[in-house]
Amino acid sequence: MIRLRLERRETAPAWLKLALAVGAILLTLLICSGLILLAGAPVFEAYGRLFLTPFSSRFDTVETAVKAAPLILTGLAVAVAFRAKFWNIGAEGQLLAGAMAAAFIGGRASLPDAALEPLMILSGAAAGAAWALLPAFLRTRYKVDDVVTTLLLNFVMFYGMTALLDGPWKDPLSGYPDSPDIRIEAEFPVLLRATRLHLGIVIALAAALVVWFVMNRTVLGFSIKAVGENPRAAAYAGIPIARVILTTAAISGALAGLAGVGEVGGVHFQVMAGLSPGYGYTGIVIAMLAALSPLGVVPAAVFFAVVITGAEGMSRATGVPVYLADVIQGVALICMLAALLFTHYRIRAVGRPAAPAIGAAPAPHRRVAEG
Amino acid sequence: MDEFLAQIFQVGFFAALIRIATPLILATIGELYAERSGVLNLGIEGTMLLGAMAGFSVGYFSGSLWLGVAAAMLAGMVMGLIMGLTTVTLGLSQHVSGIGVTLLATGLAFFFYRLIFGQPSVPPSVKPFQPVPLPLLSDIPVIGPVLFNQFALSYLALLLVPLTAFLLYRTPWGLALRTVGENPRAADAGGVNVATMRYQALVISGALMGAAGAFLSMAQFNAFTFGVVSGRGWVCIALVVFGMWSPWKSALGALLFGFIDALQLRLQAGGAFHLPYQVFLMMPFVLTIVAMAMVSRNARAPAALLVPFRKEER
Repeated sequence: MIRLRLERRETAPAWLKLALAVGAILLTLLICSGLILLAGAPVFEAYGRLFLTPFSSRFDTVETAVKAAPLILTGLAVAVAFRAKFWNIGAEGQLLAGAMAAAFIGGRASLPDAALEPLMILSGAAAGAAWALLPAFLRTRYKVDDVVTTLLLNFVMFYGMTALLDGPWKDPLSGYPDSPDIRIEAEFPVLLRATRLHLGIVIALAAALVVWFVMNRTVLGFSIKAVGENPRAAAYAGIPIARVILTTAAISGALAGLAGVGEVGGVHFQVMAGLSPGYGYTGIVIAMLAALSPLGVVPAAVFFAVVITGAEGMSRATGVPVYLADVIQGVALICMLAALLFTHYRIRAVGRPAAPAIGAAPAPHRRVAEG
Repeated sequence: MDEFLAQIFQVGFFAALIRIATPLILATIGELYAERSGVLNLGIEGTMLLGAMAGFSVGYFSGSLWLGVAAAMLAGMVMGLIMGLTTVTLGLSQHVSGIGVTLLATGLAFFFYRLIFGQPSVPPSVKPFQPVPLPLLSDIPVIGPVLFNQFALSYLALLLVPLTAFLLYRTPWGLALRTVGENPRAADAGGVNVATMRYQALVISGALMGAAGAFLSMAQFNAFTFGVVSGRGWVCIALVVFGMWSPWKSALGALLFGFIDALQLRLQAGGAFHLPYQVFLMMPFVLTIVAMAMVSRNARAPAALLVPFRKEER
């Protein structure tokens, strides 16, 4: 009798992770097609619009790339943090922190022109890092659960920001709760004439390379992974756990902060309540879809930039609510998480289960996961 | 100053406190069941939102608010089942599964609200639940109007606390649930089906989170808005820690949070200190973090929280 059994495996090849991500996305689209049918639209046309709108014109393609930049950065932020099992769900708040710092620096008349952009980038990264260090410190010092604090701090940052925008930081020339525009000299250079494609995408791609290097070629990266995989063993090996978690948080927050810098420097040129349509939360989905691999984050982010951009076109053409994009994110996260099981186990067909030695526990059979 | 305080602490203030605390008690007790069984249910925020949407929609079209509450609880139970599939059956990361369920439920709530109601210029609303004064009891001075002139769901939420304490600490089912959360291996050896217990806890937790959402959209407010939950679910996660996984203390935490929230509403309405209103909205979140920092060192979570149980592995 042929039986299937799952065996633990130590490492998974990269092609497997790619295949799993593709499989998870296909499964997600299959599940979500039910919603399209409920909305009374033809499935293939809706998906056609969803995935083709972003490539239907130069404008749409550029807009997709513009959206991909912050998504790459928040995806990296989450990927780094989750590697150390620092559960940073606060990329959204850290993004806003970075955006506020960049908008503040970018509006200073006293700074020399040439110093504006470097200072915006540095201060935005620093602000994001600081906002992420707070929950990391609370965890290492007071054992406060990082999931809860990073989530709550998102709200603290959002209300704090809108309080400033409604009060002392309100643009006197605008009727809306917006910050004053940054100086023209502080606006990020545009890469493609007459579009919004700005320096941010370069920063994001460079960040992906740097994070890949740090995670795979440095002691720090090794420590981050060790702390995440087995903190007890890491402690025995002499790795200072608390310091590694704080460093991870700072890197993660800085990356999310950079996402905010790009939105201010290249897209909005100011801070307002609707600055981020949930880029921080989408970053979690992206990081997981990339199986926490820094280079994998790039295509995963592009995929979700396509979905978010395409959802508008799909909604206009077929009447399917644009929020299908949000459902896709949730379903994709769960599907990918389930798919990742296959990186820990391999399915083996076995002729007959080995007879257990007398007195030993029954052979560890695990039913193949349903669905 | 005395006059200022007298103005704030009126009967209406304490009645508002209970009203604000009601959804928090429901969802916090719901989370408590899940965590006591060993599963952190981070689906809470999205489940509440989906409950608010499902409850409101069914209440709106059926004309029966209670049918809406039932629909909200049903939607919550479905989310609990999904959480069970990922964390119990598949043994996946509870953190990531929970965030996934929250994203999914949030997306579904937005999607179906837009599908059902379109984009009306005037958002649809229902005639919300009205307070039900309990005969005789509501005539007691001070206590009467505060405690006994509330929504039916508020009474149920308050009754849920002793009921949960009884179920957890005085019944075989409760003992089994707590053992599953503390030492699933021992529970399994004692003939308890760990997976079934966790599924039950997650379905109960989803139902209560759904009811909490229904309260928001049909009692506390009279319509569904995208921001109707806005972080309350995450606060409930903190309240369970703050309450040391005890139903009484967690509910007390919810009342304390209700106090802070009612206070910020009063200060906001009174135009005190001339601060932007967002500062007051921020206050409960800051205080929740401070409270977490104060208690977390001594908090002892159920020992098997976050640990998937695989019968075959040891």
